[in-house]
Amino acid sequence: MPFQPVLLWTDALLFLLVGLVVLFAWQARRHEHLRAPWREVARRPLAMACAVVLGAYALIGLADSVHFRPALDQPGPQGERRYAPEVLSLLDLALAPLRRQSEKTYSAPFAVRLYVKETVHLPDGTVQRIRPRLRWGGAHLEDPARRWADVAARGGRGALWGLALWAAAGMVWLAWRARRWGCRWREALVRVAAGRTELPWRAMWLTGAVLLLLAGAVAALAPYYHVLGTDKVGQDVLYQSLKSVRTGLVIGTLTTLVMLPFAVLLGLAAGYFRGWVDDVVQYLYTTLNAIPGVLLIAAAVLMLQVYMANHPEAFPTATERADMRLLFLCLILGITSWTGLCRMLRGETLKLRELDYVQAAQAFGVGHGRILLRHLLPNLMHIVLISVVLDFSALVLAEAVLSYVGVGVDPSMHSWGNMINAARLEMAREPVVWWTLAAAFLFMFALVLAANLFADAVRDAFDPRLRGA
Amino acid sequence: MRPHPLPVLAALLLAGALAGCGTSGEPWNSPYPPGLAAEKVIFSAFAQRPKHLDPVRSYSSNEYTFIAQIYEPPLQYHYLLRPYRLVPLTAEALPEPRLLDARGRELPPGAPAEAVAWSVYEIRIRPGIRYAPHPAFARGPDGRYLYRGLSERDLEGVHTLADFPERGTRELVAADYVHQIKRLADPRLHSPIRGLMSEHIVGFAAFGRRLETLRREGQEPDLQALPLEGVEVTGRYSYRIRIRGKYPQFRYWLAMPFFAPMPPEAVAFYGQPGMAERNLTLDWYPVGTGPFMLVENNPNRRMVLERNPHFHEERYPAEGMPGDREAGLLADAGRRLPLVDRVIFSLEKESIPYWNKFLQGYYDASGISSDAFDQAVRVGPGGEVSLTEELRAKGVRLATAVAPSTYYMGFNMLDPVVGGLSERARKLRQAISIAVDYEEYIAIFANGRGIAAQGPIPPGIFGHREGRSGMNPYVYDWVEGRPRRKPIEEARRLLAEAGYPGGVDRTTGEPLTLHLDVTATGPDDKARLDWYRKQFRKLGIELVVRNTDYNRFQDKMRTGAAQIFLWGWNADYPDPENFLFLLYGPNGKVRHGGENAANYANPEFDRLFERMKAMEDGPERLALIDRMLAIARRDAPWVWGFHPKAFTLYHAWYRNARPHLMANNTLKYIRVEPEQRLAAQRAWNRPVLWPLGAGAALLLVVLFPAWRVYRRRLRTPFRDAA
Amino acid sequence: MLAYILRRLLYALPILVGVNLLTFVLFFVVNSPDDMARMQLGVKRVTPEAVEAWKRERGYHLPLLYNAEAEGLDRLTETIFFQKSVSLFAFEFGRSDAGSDIGYDIRQRMGPSLAVAVPVFVIGLAVNITFALLVVFFRATYVELWGMVLCVALMSISALFYIIAGQYLVGKVMRLVPISGFGEGLAAWKFVVLPVAVGVVSGIGSGVRWYRTLFLEELGKDYVRTARAKGLGEGAVLARHVLRNALIPILTGSVVLLPLLFMGSLILESFFGIPGLGSYTIDAINAQDFAIVRAMVFLGSVLYLVGLLLTDLSYTLVDPRVRLS
Repeated sequence: MPFQPVLLWTDALLFLLVGLVVLFAWQARRHEHLRAPWREVARRPLAMACAVVLGAYALIGLADSVHFRPALDQPGPQGERRYAPEVLSLLDLALAPLRRQSEKTYSAPFAVRLYVKETVHLPDGTVQRIRPRLRWGGAHLEDPARRWADVAARGGRGALWGLALWAAAGMVWLAWRARRWGCRWREALVRVAAGRTELPWRAMWLTGAVLLLLAGAVAALAPYYHVLGTDKVGQDVLYQSLKSVRTGLVIGTLTTLVMLPFAVLLGLAAGYFRGWVDDVVQYLYTTLNAIPGVLLIAAAVLMLQVYMANHPEAFPTATERADMRLLFLCLILGITSWTGLCRMLRGETLKLRELDYVQAAQAFGVGHGRILLRHLLPNLMHIVLISVVLDFSALVLAEAVLSYVGVGVDPSMHSWGNMINAARLEMAREPVVWWTLAAAFLFMFALVLAANLFADAVRDAFDPRLRGA
Repeated sequence: MRPHPLPVLAALLLAGALAGCGTSGEPWNSPYPPGLAAEKVIFSAFAQRPKHLDPVRSYSSNEYTFIAQIYEPPLQYHYLLRPYRLVPLTAEALPEPRLLDARGRELPPGAPAEAVAWSVYEIRIRPGIRYAPHPAFARGPDGRYLYRGLSERDLEGVHTLADFPERGTRELVAADYVHQIKRLADPRLHSPIRGLMSEHIVGFAAFGRRLETLRREGQEPDLQALPLEGVEVTGRYSYRIRIRGKYPQFRYWLAMPFFAPMPPEAVAFYGQPGMAERNLTLDWYPVGTGPFMLVENNPNRRMVLERNPHFHEERYPAEGMPGDREAGLLADAGRRLPLVDRVIFSLEKESIPYWNKFLQGYYDASGISSDAFDQAVRVGPGGEVSLTEELRAKGVRLATAVAPSTYYMGFNMLDPVVGGLSERARKLRQAISIAVDYEEYIAIFANGRGIAAQGPIPPGIFGHREGRSGMNPYVYDWVEGRPRRKPIEEARRLLAEAGYPGGVDRTTGEPLTLHLDVTATGPDDKARLDWYRKQFRKLGIELVVRNTDYNRFQDKMRTGAAQIFLWGWNADYPDPENFLFLLYGPNGKVRHGGENAANYANPEFDRLFERMKAMEDGPERLALIDRMLAIARRDAPWVWGFHPKAFTLYHAWYRNARPHLMANNTLKYIRVEPEQRLAAQRAWNRPVLWPLGAGAALLLVVLFPAWRVYRRRLRTPFRDAA
Repeated sequence: MLAYILRRLLYALPILVGVNLLTFVLFFVVNSPDDMARMQLGVKRVTPEAVEAWKRERGYHLPLLYNAEAEGLDRLTETIFFQKSVSLFAFEFGRSDAGSDIGYDIRQRMGPSLAVAVPVFVIGLAVNITFALLVVFFRATYVELWGMVLCVALMSISALFYIIAGQYLVGKVMRLVPISGFGEGLAAWKFVVLPVAVGVVSGIGSGVRWYRTLFLEELGKDYVRTARAKGLGEGAVLARHVLRNALIPILTGSVVLLPLLFMGSLILESFFGIPGLGSYTIDAINAQDFAIVRAMVFLGSVLYLVGLLLTDLSYTLVDPRVRLS
């Protein structure tokens, strides 16, 4: 094999999560009562446009979650294959030019020269402070003055490629649709274009077009320029922003995955059994709630660092250390955030257990486990779902704040929080280095905005109380 | 139409605010109370609360910023002369040690170290020096101390020292100096130099043991009454210190606050019950004879030094280096010190706001962070530095100096891979030394403000050599009249010879992975660590950064669990011994708890060190140091990092500033021109108001259609769809 | 009533003990007393004896949770946990590991914290309610649509951006207020303006959305229809009826936050250099000063529990039908 697969903890959990979602979707397809609210969500153009954006993020995140170690060129002493110590992902492979083309230090987006002056010893013995040409950015240009024309030409060509890809995919899809609708290809096109479809295909395809246009232009430009500039040690900011996507997604989703079992189990048990079980659970979550969250997280993260320092052999590579810390952060965020959901579930269970059908089941001697699983849990799923989607964006934002306080993800890990943190120093520079902050802002804003809008749609569809409002 | 009350009110408020700002004449964004900037005040800042202001404990530069202005040891450094030179402060003259042999006979000054058994320092202080006002000295009409024998009840309502209304003073006597040396020996006070002084001052360790025995027996010893063999009061204004053997560096210690006087009254005052609970301790409220006294200590906001009304006569030096007169540094020659009334230190934890406030004129002096460098400094064609137009237009001045410090990357010499004196490990270390390009580091992270080190001794310290003879031949080649780092191929060759061709261990076939132990917190650290990884990758070595908190890091260093680490040292005094002892074997961190963090031990080096230590500067000593450096460079226990250059900026109204990297008691020489400062602050801080207006206008444009909807809706009642 | 309060207070005790135990365990897994001593004693030249003496001075030489060498009840009381926890319940925080009086520090720092937190809370409440009312007033028009889009957008921006942008624009470019710091007494107002503005703006997005749903819920009720039937204009309906009725859940919901205002805001304070309890906590975390962190955790928990109690009480005051049981 030319590579050795590496499965990090968060990778495994992420794929487990994907599996669960697929399983759930398959289940939902077969049951009308599960399908109905989703259909409600799917009918909203805004929600579906957001879903496309979220899908793009998820794609990047998942591509960044397939890790491996590439093989080295020279074989070992017995001729066996040996692997490089650094762990790469599929995304790294796709972004290889971005990853490798690092400059010496800051350069602005599309720059051909460094952003800062540098002391250069000239051959005649004098010293000058100039802004040297970049090693990679715009290095193909003979005449730096023609840079913007070159950018426009390359960007335009890339965008056209994106558009062409979009058109091709669109035609294939239309042909397939037309067969299902039992109409001709042109009719199907008119139907979609006019928005006369059950699902808002037009909005989705338009969003897709925008994304592909952008992606095409950026893909065409990225090997020749630093589209979003470079940071203090010359790493490409676009690369960092894309790598940060996974961190954001992992924090947003795995935290929920980790806390769900606790919240659901304890909430259900407390509401259903009442008595001392209820007392214990209430005590537990009041105690946890009473501790200021940041302090708890800080203490736990410090504890992890100590553990790592004492057991260096358990985390041989930097990637594994960073990954462990990320997972642990999810865990501890989960511990501090399950209480709200647990309290809601407890309250709802208290109400539900008094309902006739539960009482009847009890009277028939149905076991507790069965009642909880078959009668109560399904009727609580909408609360769980709503809180999961609502929490997602809050968690992504929390990561940035925690990294600022110094108890966030590993400093060596790419994350928007770390980028913003670095940007604080850059904003004080004169002239201002604005692109790291801008890039983190854009990527984060797009994700959180899409997630918020999508979450709104989900809440409206699932919460019967709000449907009228 | 009747005008709506709200806009009218807002307009009135705005007008009032404008008028208010106009009359007071101070900019809106001034962080100080009105009127303060017009006084003879220095505005400075501190980043965190100085932990110890007690000269027994204090050992870090942020503490010295304060206590060096307050406490006066017998000696000080001359403010203007270079190289650094000691001059008397409270002493009458520089003490010359009398050298005695084992039988007590006096030896001539140049006697060899082996023959010297004792050195005796006789220090005479000037009469008539008085302490700054302090409640500990306050006496009633009957001559009894007012604040003595206080009970908890008496202290109710007391929170700061200012809550004691009465003050007093007293003349400085030699016994106060001896008292402080006894305090240094007291194990309970944890002086950081107690271990070191036990080796040198006669009877020092025994005195500490005696105190412990007495305490175990339940007595509280009286430091003044208990004799310390090697330190005695010989008169009201003179005392004598007896040192074991020859230790010429001792006089430098006499210029450090450790050897400042401590009045027993203060210790008795703060020792009363209930004082410590109220933060009334020597660590919070110093008592000294210096030019300033600490009148406000609020570590949450600000600390204020005020002129000591009893300060003895001290005059601005009349002698300087060539060029000092032209630079205006001698304009105040002969004037009585201090030249300002107050120094206000505001809490400023981060560098960004500090820098911005400096540019706005609210701080008088500033360093330059690497992010602000290009805004501040230009480098000319000859490598000379000057200020940018922007700062020159503001009248800012720049001073540069190479700090007597060294920052390096150390190898743990006890580590099985990188450590040890085997040829294999040595070549590995030499390869890494070439690969880690500190010239680039200095360019990126310090904007060129530093000198790549050729060894442990920084420029300006005896033993440092410029030019080819001072070059490290294992890392550099001499090309075109300047050292040039050897090409990376050379490092790869060395690595292959060490048994790791291409970064792969020849015997096991595994890629070589090394560990860098750091304590990283800030955002800038990430960039730094990325850079280090990049350097090792040049050799194909994977560098794993093990980032831990400060405690764990210290722990690893102490137990020898670290592999490669980043470390630094600031000189205590300008003598090569203070740098070379960092490589002295018996000073090893793991085995002996010393400051040799790399645990380097080379018997030949250690032998030479012992000889060099007690020598006077001269060609013989230089030859020894050269030999020691040659050994250390070959063994490469450190990647000799760099010596930072300190760049300091001063505003035009901040006069007489001259960086002095050994002395800290320099605030007394500074003069400020308040009118100039106030005028500059006004000119630089005119508020920019048009964005507010533009924002309001935009809001109006957006709101206009909404207003139309509003009118319509008010007329027709609304019906909900439901 | 009094009995109820007493019972609630008693119920709070085990929670506080739990909080204490949890933080204690967490911190001592991280930090052995030896570590703390070395951290406090400084960098250069620290000897093992100095460490030992430091521990003895501050009572860290005892075992953590269980003293096997002691007799009887002393086995539990002669421990760091017991010795260090009991005094907390009397609000005696003791001295920080760095040697300063925590109680005094907290009293000193409470003022600045409140100076920021209270205006953020009050102005934020007023602004959010006003905007929410406006959005409801303009419902089913483009004003509502764009207003809500704006809210979601505002909500999707990290608080850090608001702070960085506010500091850059208002402090550095426009030079209207000092960049950071704090002043004595009333002179502090100009330091507080910007953090308060940033705090309010960063809360608008979620706040307006939340109050809008509350108001919409109220609008669907019968009394609104009655009011309309009387011929009241939309403005009057909203201001006189909807707002007044919705204020009850708003106020009872806010009460739980009131005591926690004392804790200050972690990020705002440390960005703007305000010497409040928030920055105190962050500094303590960074310096690993266990005594301060423990005191702050305890204080935070107490204030949270007080908030819960106040919420219950406010329900009964507002709505006589709710019985305390």
